[in-house]
Amino acid sequence: MTVLVDHETRVVVQGITGHQGTTHTRQMKAFGTQVVAGVTPGKGGSEVEGVPVFDSVRDAVARTRANASCIFVPAPYAKDALVEAVDAGVRLCTVVTEHIPFHDMLVMYHYAKAQGTRIIGPNCPGIAAPGKAKVGIIPNLVFRPGRVGVISRSGTLTYEIVNGIKEHGLGQSTCIGLGGDPVVGTSFVDALPLFEQDPETDLLVMVGEIGGTAEEDGADYLKHHFSKPVVAYIAGRSAPPGKRMGHAGAIITRGRGTAETKVAALEAAGARVARFPYEVPDLVAQLLAERGRR
Amino acid sequence: MVKLAEWRGKDVFRKYGIPLPRGAVARSADEAENLVRSGRVPLPCVVKAQVLAGGRGKGGAVKFASTPEEARTAAAAILGLEFKGENVKELLLEEKLALGRELYVAVTLDRALRLPILIASAHGGVEIESVDDAEIDRQPVHPFPGLTNFEKRRAARALGLSGGPAKALDRLLDALWGAFQVEDAELVEINPLAVVGDGLVALDAKVIIEDDAAFRHPEYAEIRDDRTPLEEIAREKEIAFVQLDGNIGVIANGAGLTMATLDVLKEFGGAPGVFLDLGGTDDPKKVTEAFLLMAQAKPKAVFLNIFGGVTRCDTVANGLVAAMQQVPPSDRFPLVARIRGNNEKEGTEILRAAGVVAVPSLKESAQAAVAAARGTP
Repeated sequence: MTVLVDHETRVVVQGITGHQGTTHTRQMKAFGTQVVAGVTPGKGGSEVEGVPVFDSVRDAVARTRANASCIFVPAPYAKDALVEAVDAGVRLCTVVTEHIPFHDMLVMYHYAKAQGTRIIGPNCPGIAAPGKAKVGIIPNLVFRPGRVGVISRSGTLTYEIVNGIKEHGLGQSTCIGLGGDPVVGTSFVDALPLFEQDPETDLLVMVGEIGGTAEEDGADYLKHHFSKPVVAYIAGRSAPPGKRMGHAGAIITRGRGTAETKVAALEAAGARVARFPYEVPDLVAQLLAERGRR
Repeated sequence: MVKLAEWRGKDVFRKYGIPLPRGAVARSADEAENLVRSGRVPLPCVVKAQVLAGGRGKGGAVKFASTPEEARTAAAAILGLEFKGENVKELLLEEKLALGRELYVAVTLDRALRLPILIASAHGGVEIESVDDAEIDRQPVHPFPGLTNFEKRRAARALGLSGGPAKALDRLLDALWGAFQVEDAELVEINPLAVVGDGLVALDAKVIIEDDAAFRHPEYAEIRDDRTPLEEIAREKEIAFVQLDGNIGVIANGAGLTMATLDVLKEFGGAPGVFLDLGGTDDPKKVTEAFLLMAQAKPKAVFLNIFGGVTRCDTVANGLVAAMQQVPPSDRFPLVARIRGNNEKEGTEILRAAGVVAVPSLKESAQAAVAAARGTP
């Protein structure tokens, strides 16, 4: 195991018979992922993209030894799907579904945590380790095996930046798209130790956005616990000040959460911060050269 | 998110048993006067503009009345005011109570903790940001046990309450917590929460409902901020639509990529105007819908930045070219398009053949879009 997924990862796709589930099952298989099962209640016994479909995650796990789930089921049913996976003993769940109410996600997060399951997402592109496995929807074409780790809160911007790294002749160890919802299963702070410990990652790229304080909290972790070089990019420097979540929201963040505070925190933690997405690959190459690891 | 006007927030509070002043809503000076004359609103009363912005008291959007005539005059003065960009169309008339201390309580989400948080301060009636951190008590509330008695006792201490008002707080916090959870709220806030005699009364209500929970709250569907017709169409098509002051229309997929696109445009002196975010999709149908929507906004130039994953770029490009033909010649504008992903070379060729500036580099595309908006391609 490098970071969360590898050749031992066996994926069950929840909501496999939907358009998104089917499309991305095909893509995950093309990436080289072992997609061993699908689940759609009532469609057990059928097959999608050569993958057997079961009525429940419990059946799927019993029959195929699936150990990771990729959830595509619509938002109103996502909480159920997650709890079902956790109860079936699945310990890694990527939730691709968007628009899950955060009140549901609070329950999902704390339930999963209590049972020892890690959630990536929701509303996220998922995780991919080129040459190993992908649980999620990041396009295959942006990847190439290498030694740059990527953690991002964005979706398509992740693809843009990961692709830029590839076009520069470099490759990635593992890429995690955390999702940008108010409540996420895995935050920067949760993902950073995985990359610190990963022998296959030489350098980390962090892609953040304005809003919340996840980048600042990540920067705090970098400062005290992270030994590898870091390149960061924060989207939204030019965005007009958004509508705040009332006064109560402001006192929780207390002068944090803007592009300026995030950039300052990351720089203070020793990260090199790119001003634009296309500066990321150059900075990565530069730092790798400085470390003599290229 | 749906921000509820005070009176709607109070309707929610009423449902949960939170004590409120007696009052009613008026939409004209006549109606205001009649509410008082009929005794539905006792005198003396307060007349409050129903707008979402804060600072109403200082801004002349709250007045007091001791007679029906005064209520009428106050209503007439406030209705039609433009308060921080909002036109006042509704008033809330409420009895004026003999107030004791003014407090603050709220429940909202702490994203970093991934827990709801109960906020209490003895300094109510002012903007909570202006209150010193040490004077604000914050308690994370775990959703599994829910709000517990010891948490409520701690809040009572923080607010300096004992006896009758402390008992009232116990019931009130249960109600507030219930409203937060059951209504799928992002925020339920009472500021000020007034001590009145032996009890507590919520003098104001700020309630924000989360959009993503709309599927189980059809009752909030009708309450939306005023939208322009274009914004309404965009919403129906699930395209995020934002209007800025500039003249370059931006179409991109995904919030992060959209913001990055704006950052780059600004760097090269561009002024983004309308921007449309398609979400994570590269569905050709949605790209063309966004393009046609953009055409109605009449930008000087358009920068389309799509990172495709699943769909082939040539499919997206063909759809876009077909959509361009649907725009009447008088409404056409220079288009700079950057579509990355599968088959991007073929996609770029199709666009170039149709007269679109198609450059794979984000930097060069942004520069081209800025030049096009200036009319100096």
